[in-house]
Amino acid sequence: MRSALTALWGIIWKDLLLEVRSKELVLPLLVFVLALVVLFSFAFEARPALVPLVAPGVLWSALTFLGTLGFVRLFSLEREQGGLEGLLTCPVPRSLIYAGKLLAGVLFLVGVEVVLLPIFSALFNLPFLLPRLWLATFLATLGFCAVGVVFSAMAVHTRAREVLLPVLFFPVALPAIIAGLATTSAILKNEPETAGRWLSLTLAFDILYLVVGGALFDYILGE
Amino acid sequence: MVFGPNGSGKTTLVRVLGCLTRPTSGWASVAGFPVHTHPLQARRAVGVLTHAPLLYADLTVWENLLFFARMFGVPQPGQRIEALTECLGLTERLHQRVRTLSHGLQKRAGLARALLHSPQVLLLDEPEAGLDAPALSTLETLIREHCAQGGAVLLTTHQVAWGLSLAHQAIALWEGRVALREARPQEYAPAFQDAYRRLLAGAGG
Amino acid sequence: MPSAYDATPSGAVPIWERLLLGATGSTLLASLALIFLWVPTDVNLGVVQRVFYFHVPLAWTAFLAFGIVFVASIAYLWKGSERWDSLAYASAEIGVVLGALMLATGSIWARPVWGVWWTWSPRLTTSLILWLIYLGYLLLRAYAPKGPQGARFGAVLGIIGFLDVPIVYLSVQWWRDLHPGQVIGPQAEPGALEGPMVVTLLVSLLAFTLLFASLLAFRYRLRRLEDGLERMRYARA
Repeated sequence: MRSALTALWGIIWKDLLLEVRSKELVLPLLVFVLALVVLFSFAFEARPALVPLVAPGVLWSALTFLGTLGFVRLFSLEREQGGLEGLLTCPVPRSLIYAGKLLAGVLFLVGVEVVLLPIFSALFNLPFLLPRLWLATFLATLGFCAVGVVFSAMAVHTRAREVLLPVLFFPVALPAIIAGLATTSAILKNEPETAGRWLSLTLAFDILYLVVGGALFDYILGE
Repeated sequence: MVFGPNGSGKTTLVRVLGCLTRPTSGWASVAGFPVHTHPLQARRAVGVLTHAPLLYADLTVWENLLFFARMFGVPQPGQRIEALTECLGLTERLHQRVRTLSHGLQKRAGLARALLHSPQVLLLDEPEAGLDAPALSTLETLIREHCAQGGAVLLTTHQVAWGLSLAHQAIALWEGRVALREARPQEYAPAFQDAYRRLLAGAGG
Repeated sequence: MPSAYDATPSGAVPIWERLLLGATGSTLLASLALIFLWVPTDVNLGVVQRVFYFHVPLAWTAFLAFGIVFVASIAYLWKGSERWDSLAYASAEIGVVLGALMLATGSIWARPVWGVWWTWSPRLTTSLILWLIYLGYLLLRAYAPKGPQGARFGAVLGIIGFLDVPIVYLSVQWWRDLHPGQVIGPQAEPGALEGPMVVTLLVSLLAFTLLFASLLAFRYRLRRLEDGLERMRYARA
């Protein structure tokens, strides 16, 4: 048990350290997602009266793109760095590698979101502290990562991975995206009960794919 | 000791035994553990060195080894890493990023990673390529010591004479199959070399 | 263990496939005759209602195909036999074609009946998403490495994709619900379908199920031959 935790922490520590060194994930993703929010705000004509209708769409389109781009990088970084096969020689269960990469992915994406959400709130004149919005974003990110890490590990071995990964990711992650959208719009319309119901759907999605992802990860890693 | 021309299956053999490639048919086992039913035990029992060092380019040697020590559950990783890197002449390079090291130094760091958890079986895929003379003799000493302590080494190489001087058993692969086998290579080195040369010549014709 | 040395099938068409093909052809002809010559035109909806006799069987066979991908994917990961993978792949390919026809006939029906080509109802959305997932499956198989690794990737997607169906359905149902209730089955409204219509629908369902079975048998055998060819090419290289 202790050795499993050490290994789990090892994977996360290694990913964070690599990110501190190479800065190839969080910063570019943050700039990318900010640019997206600005673009979408114009595309969907975010006049003050339309904010409750438009803002959730802007936020969740941006978060979905953020996730896909993050997952394209998550495992290909491992390969570019040269350590992927080293990781595969380690005597740890594959579900543990899944958990480690998942937590690292969640940390990276949440790191981006922590900066994104206040800026988003400012752009749309929303209150800064909406605990439910933060919770919805966090739960959806967890679900995104539960699915995304699986596809990320596949995509590292396929051709055309930058296109293939979104094609696989969007339809499967759709329930989490819809739930996020619905929670956000319920919050903006001040309907806490509806928001709670959607949060529980997101949680169900998370649990389903955490279990499935952990169980099937062994079949994806390695040749 | 495994010999064989390019594409004869040397690397595949190492990758299958190191649990990096799943066998498409048949089975394999290392140190008594079948790779497909007991992959975790098999992985713990082997140390793999392939053509690439399998280290993270933007981490230092120390950080890389610390990461793998944690993954392999090595007790007292700090001491182990210091002892190993000193033996391999890497002490001064410990806090350099792997990316900035020369090919030979990267290979030594990769060897340190393979040895980190004191595996029973060492799988070395052409380890001599790119090593200088001092490193080569360190490698030979390491292999001899490892065998003296009851460990096993599977080494693939194109350097027939050098390989035979270290070997307790020798095989040559040809198109994925064992073409030559010699149980006492030290005594019959010239005969084995002759047979191997004929095998390669046959490949050309 | 994965058996690369599974017996390579011969190219000859087995007798049961010929029989299946004959049964498919005659049932299809019979269902066409029923649909266009026999069954009365719907009083309210007019002649376009006849699309229904194609749309429902197409939807049923498409979902059956994706269900088979799911089951065969689990069996492949469990047993490791290449045959299961060939079955999953063959079924996915046919399912995508049937699914495309299902979406097209659905739109043709929706336009005159509901006044729109498309509506984001749970059933429609779920069908579209499922179809997209298996389109993604075919792309994945094309871009992933050949052999067992690609087969494992496909199997994992085949499982994940199918598990997504109920949760997509639920989320879209909560999002909005415009679609009329089910027409046949336990919740059928009494008198929604008249006698001849039920008969026609059942014959058509049988015909399309047989058509699906024939296509699957052919595609499966072709896939096995392709895999055998690939192995021979690899063995020679």
